[in-house]
Amino acid sequence: MTFVDSTALAVNDVSYAYGKKTALDRVSFVVRRGDCTILLGPNGAGKSTLFSLIIRLYDSPAGSILINGNDVRKKPSRALAEIGVVFQQSTLDLDLTVLQNLRYHASLHGVGGRLARARIREELQRQGMYERRHERVRQLNGGHRRRVEIARALLHQPSVLLLDEPTVGLDVPSRGAIVEYVHGLCMSEKIAVLWASHLIDEIYPSDRLIILHQGTIRAQGGVSDVLQATGAADIGDAFHILTREAM
Amino acid sequence: MRLLHYLRALRGIIVRELYRFVHQGGRFGAALVRPLVWLFIFAAGFRSTLGIAIIPPYETYILYEVYITPGLIGMIQLFNGMQSSLSMVYDREMGSMKTLLITPLPRWYLLTSKLVAGTLVSILQVYTFLAIAWLYQIQPPPIGYLTVLPALLLTGLMLGSLGLLLSSFIKQLENFAGVMNFVIFPMFFMSTALYPLWKIKESNELLYTLAEYNPFSQAVELIRFALYGQFNQYAFCYTLAALFGFLGLAIVGYNPSKGMMQRKGGA
Repeated sequence: MTFVDSTALAVNDVSYAYGKKTALDRVSFVVRRGDCTILLGPNGAGKSTLFSLIIRLYDSPAGSILINGNDVRKKPSRALAEIGVVFQQSTLDLDLTVLQNLRYHASLHGVGGRLARARIREELQRQGMYERRHERVRQLNGGHRRRVEIARALLHQPSVLLLDEPTVGLDVPSRGAIVEYVHGLCMSEKIAVLWASHLIDEIYPSDRLIILHQGTIRAQGGVSDVLQATGAADIGDAFHILTREAM
Repeated sequence: MRLLHYLRALRGIIVRELYRFVHQGGRFGAALVRPLVWLFIFAAGFRSTLGIAIIPPYETYILYEVYITPGLIGMIQLFNGMQSSLSMVYDREMGSMKTLLITPLPRWYLLTSKLVAGTLVSILQVYTFLAIAWLYQIQPPPIGYLTVLPALLLTGLMLGSLGLLLSSFIKQLENFAGVMNFVIFPMFFMSTALYPLWKIKESNELLYTLAEYNPFSQAVELIRFALYGQFNQYAFCYTLAALFGFLGLAIVGYNPSKGMMQRKGGA
């Protein structure tokens, strides 16, 4: 796979196994700047494993993962500096305030002083959370915690944003707000977004799709490409066909 | 700029640890109550039973309370190291360990920074304990309060790195109870914290050998001598070697390609 300028994330022939059980089998795709790519797959498809490999919580010698041209195995620090992550499970420190959590994250990314204050203010204001910066995270509801996590993931201005099922457990308005906000980011900030989900209604017509099932990519491309390839009327049907056929 | 990044990350990790410590007031209380119970109740009760001969660094006969004070300081740091380990297992289950491990800095540096942060917290606890002990007439020479600081830094790092090592192998929070039974208690009781080596030798040769090679014994001896303005070279070298050994293994344990993390399927 050729690395081109607009490619923010390139996953090339990546495989991974837990012992003898294959979790990912020769997975390849790219995410370009400004693309919102939805990684769609049922539970156990390998989405979280793929994320763990991209952020180097796991390591696999099979294949390569490049972030802005930096191989995560060879130049992990450079690669990780380009990534913002929102994990499936909240990773905020509940006993700390919103501000303390964000300051901690900023310092881990080497952002300090005036710049850190400005970035925290900017991101929290975009999320409508600036007024609540002195509240402990424990006092926030699930939707607000997610907003803080997205603000945190964007603090160091990454070029790739990874979201691992960030709307799980949220009510409908909170989900809608996050889906809309992240899609807006792709347009306005030209961030490359890789969004793992199993919820069809989070997909916009302009999104790119990767359908992952049992560790292999069943289809990828624009929404219309996937519909055409499967002959389905909508993404729900296409997803059903692609994941059913393989069983 | 890169150096600034390293320093900012270290400061951030230390500040977070201090915030957590302040927010968890009960943890501070528990950390102090434990050694104080030993000092006020256990040591007072054993004072008449155990006679301590004149042994370095002491120049006169001493009360049992005076003897076990360095051991109780070691106990504070041992429990703090295990508490850090527990919080790391908890962080891993809760996911906040991930945010640390995906920081764009070398993993050994991040883990060492976490270790330093935990050690600083333990030193705060130790000085509070020493202040209370001073009121209880356990008063080492004033210079001892200064000379013990570098010793506390080294022993805190060594015991913290043991906790870090254990946290890389412990899969779930529930397994932590085993650490109490199989690590903390044997390490504490099989050491010079409560009784001098020659006393142990009198009763059991095997126990004596185990106590002598127990890194916790050497940590306690390093603290004991430093608290009286003296330097115990053997204890220093032994503690330093143990620190490098535990820390090296912990870093391997947290390495994504070599360690336990991916084998466990958790991060």
